[in-house]
Amino acid sequence: MNDHSIGSEVLVLRGLSVCLSTGDPVVEDVDLTLHAGEILGVVGESGSGKTTTALSLLGYSTPGTFIAAGQLRIEGKALHMDESMRPMRGSIISYVPQDPAQALNPSLKVAAALKDVLGAHGTPRPGNNAAEDALRRVGFGQAKTVASRFPHQISGGQQQRVSIALALCREPAVVILDEPTTGLDVVTQAQILAELRRLRTEQGVAMVYVTHDLAAVSEVADRIAVMYAGRVVEEGPAEQVLRNPRHPYTRGLLASIPDHVRPRVLEPMPGIAVGVGERPSGCPFAPRCPQRTDDCVAEMPTLEPIGDTRRVRCIHHRKTPPVRTFSVETLPRPSEIGEQPLLMIGDLKAEHRSHREVTVAAEQISFDVNKGECVALVGESGSGKTTILRTIAGLHPIAGGRVLLDGHALPSLVNHRSREQRRRIQLIFQNPAAALNPRQTVAEAIARPAQVLRKLDRRSLPAEVARLLECVRLPVRLANRYPHELSGGERQRVAVARALAAQPDILLCDEITSALDVSVQAAVLQLLLDLRDDFGLGLLFITHDLGVVATIADTVLVLDRGSIVDRGPTRDVLRAPTSDYTRRLLAAAPTVSRTPSSANDPFPVSL
Amino acid sequence: MIFLATNALPGNVAETVLGRNATPELVAKLNHQLHLDEPVLTRYGNWLIGTVRGDLGESAVAVVQGNPESSVTSLIGIPLRNSVVLALISIVCLIPISLLLGTFAAVRAGRAGDYAVSYISLVIGALPEFVFGTLLIAIFFSGLGLFPPVSLIPPGTSPLADVGELVLPVLTLLGVSVAFCARQVRAGVLDTLSERYVTMARLSGISEVRVLWRYALRNALAPSVQTFAQALQYLFGGIIVVETLFAYPGIGQALVQAVTLRDVSSVLAVTFVLAGVYIAINVLADVIVVLAVPKLRTGLR
Repeated sequence: MNDHSIGSEVLVLRGLSVCLSTGDPVVEDVDLTLHAGEILGVVGESGSGKTTTALSLLGYSTPGTFIAAGQLRIEGKALHMDESMRPMRGSIISYVPQDPAQALNPSLKVAAALKDVLGAHGTPRPGNNAAEDALRRVGFGQAKTVASRFPHQISGGQQQRVSIALALCREPAVVILDEPTTGLDVVTQAQILAELRRLRTEQGVAMVYVTHDLAAVSEVADRIAVMYAGRVVEEGPAEQVLRNPRHPYTRGLLASIPDHVRPRVLEPMPGIAVGVGERPSGCPFAPRCPQRTDDCVAEMPTLEPIGDTRRVRCIHHRKTPPVRTFSVETLPRPSEIGEQPLLMIGDLKAEHRSHREVTVAAEQISFDVNKGECVALVGESGSGKTTILRTIAGLHPIAGGRVLLDGHALPSLVNHRSREQRRRIQLIFQNPAAALNPRQTVAEAIARPAQVLRKLDRRSLPAEVARLLECVRLPVRLANRYPHELSGGERQRVAVARALAAQPDILLCDEITSALDVSVQAAVLQLLLDLRDDFGLGLLFITHDLGVVATIADTVLVLDRGSIVDRGPTRDVLRAPTSDYTRRLLAAAPTVSRTPSSANDPFPVSL
Repeated sequence: MIFLATNALPGNVAETVLGRNATPELVAKLNHQLHLDEPVLTRYGNWLIGTVRGDLGESAVAVVQGNPESSVTSLIGIPLRNSVVLALISIVCLIPISLLLGTFAAVRAGRAGDYAVSYISLVIGALPEFVFGTLLIAIFFSGLGLFPPVSLIPPGTSPLADVGELVLPVLTLLGVSVAFCARQVRAGVLDTLSERYVTMARLSGISEVRVLWRYALRNALAPSVQTFAQALQYLFGGIIVVETLFAYPGIGQALVQAVTLRDVSSVLAVTFVLAGVYIAINVLADVIVVLAVPKLRTGLR
């Protein structure tokens, strides 16, 4: 696959170090090489230094950091990595940001934004035609219409495509893409990825694709560099790195990724990534590493070559075991399913009302959740899945149909439900930062439901908080912290602990892992599965990630524009979908089990 | 409400105007002549009807003094014009100066230039107008002998006839309002400078001047417009002190005089006009904000 496209070296980075103004290194000693027409995936979790590295390639360092060392050559020309690179930006090397909604000037129409970039640095300011051409090149059918829109008037997918047009309009040799598809739904993501492959092939642009999403990167990258704690820990051809990871961290990442093509038991990595300033002197991954020895802690391992094409920073890389493919489907499951359904949803309808307008968010929704069963509700944004969940929780009025708990109808709104009914159904939100009271400590947040809904007396609360923290695998010392002192993954686990404090029978989860790093996601998912199996908890799980569905769900409901289009046991729906919509979702979902060569473009690019 | 407040003031116009010569009979006669003996509600009704017709009533004082031009409209016309001239000159200077200073301070945030602008504007902003005005008089009149300390505009001449007379009042007004506006602009630009689209523009190779102008300042305009609207309102209404200091015959002075003389209809007329101006400025500012922010102009998708 790689042979046809690999050309001469376009970009060479040597010995990059970026430090905080306090002197603590963020990125250390990073070497990257990019060949003409190649896509290099730079993969890592939050805090790994991948975005810092990407920005350094444009001579940019975010406020509070500075580029301490490093040599950069692009197309053979040595460049100073500082603001002197501004004339090169856009013309030789360009950048596609993570969140296009925030990265486009809200006051400029698309055409004006393009003309600003096209006309930067003395080149004569181009006309509308040049702007429309730039849009057409990234696959916009109706370039004229889009050109005359403001950013808020186009969809997220279109915004990202405009960002790509901005990056490509001056035909640079290298494009840096920083999480370009995070936040987009799978179908749009698949279109963007297909678009990138096409641009690479047709225009020979070399790309650096920065992401935390190994599945997405496996769909486009020729080579992969994995970063951990500010260093490259493994590098090599994408297929080899994904099939046969040599660094235990790469292996851990791969084992954490839920995959819908080959569903398997996740193996969460222990611990969390080390932060800037608290990196150990030896191998930074050692504290979390299952194959650590005393030698690992002694000194930083070097990036050693293995064969001609790969390098790995691990002294025990020969010992790294392959990723186990322990299929979920072969696991024994407690067979409590089928008795009396815990939760029965019958012909449910939900509406959104604004002024005199009534929009139906969902209708004719019927399904059951049994004790110890996990039901996944899948669909793109706008499919009504969150509204359904909120209606069941009593946060949104029932417009028709009914919600039965143990055969008894629940009142529409939560304030009409009895304390016992409220206790039995708990909801966890997508964004834990917004769902936790910033003025409550972890212990207070967790103790509250236990005290109010279970009537536990004050003296038994500390023990209960400790038990729940252990349950979600958080150290008890976090009990007196405030939410802002925690990482995203820790906060979400506090939110889970708070829901569990009510000892619910049913847990409603709204995309609770979508903002988490894969290793943390794996830990949270594993926790939910344990609770399901140990306590017979019923789970209703909203997600757009089919990999997550394959890993944890017993039953799947696929939702499209407010109605259920596909349903059944998970393996049946994923293997033999009955609706076109499900088939499209499945084809679009990225997976590490598909290599770039086998990835075809299921979506003709259109708007 | 203003109507009630003015009526609640102790004393009335008849007593004030007649001064020591007032006998109860004379006061009663004058009160009757001015319809001041009618119940408050009736007078309010009459005033309201008159106002709607564009007739702001007659100045009681002028009537008593036998002034032929007794209609309030003509009496406050000239002070109003003088004040508008003063306010407009100030705002025309104010906008570019605050934008420049505010942007400059934002770009230099945390450095000497920023501290200079911020501290100086803080100090000037904290000074009352009369202190700052007196300082200016001390420097420019007493010290340098450049500009006159009073702006006596003879009746019948335009305030623009002698521009030198306007310099000190305008400077005083600017001193106080630039300090306030520049700090607001600085905050607005500082906000937009930390937006991702500004970083993105820098990463797209767009020159720094253009980034500042089209990306940072452009999006900081909406909050700045509100600030300037507030400043303009202040310039129209809050300049009483400055007008008194420089003896500038503007609407503020007219108001002070009217209140002193318990000239109810003049007070009403002045406050009525000022309220109208306030409302007009607010509406105008909102319209400009909507025009300046595409998201508001084009409606949410």
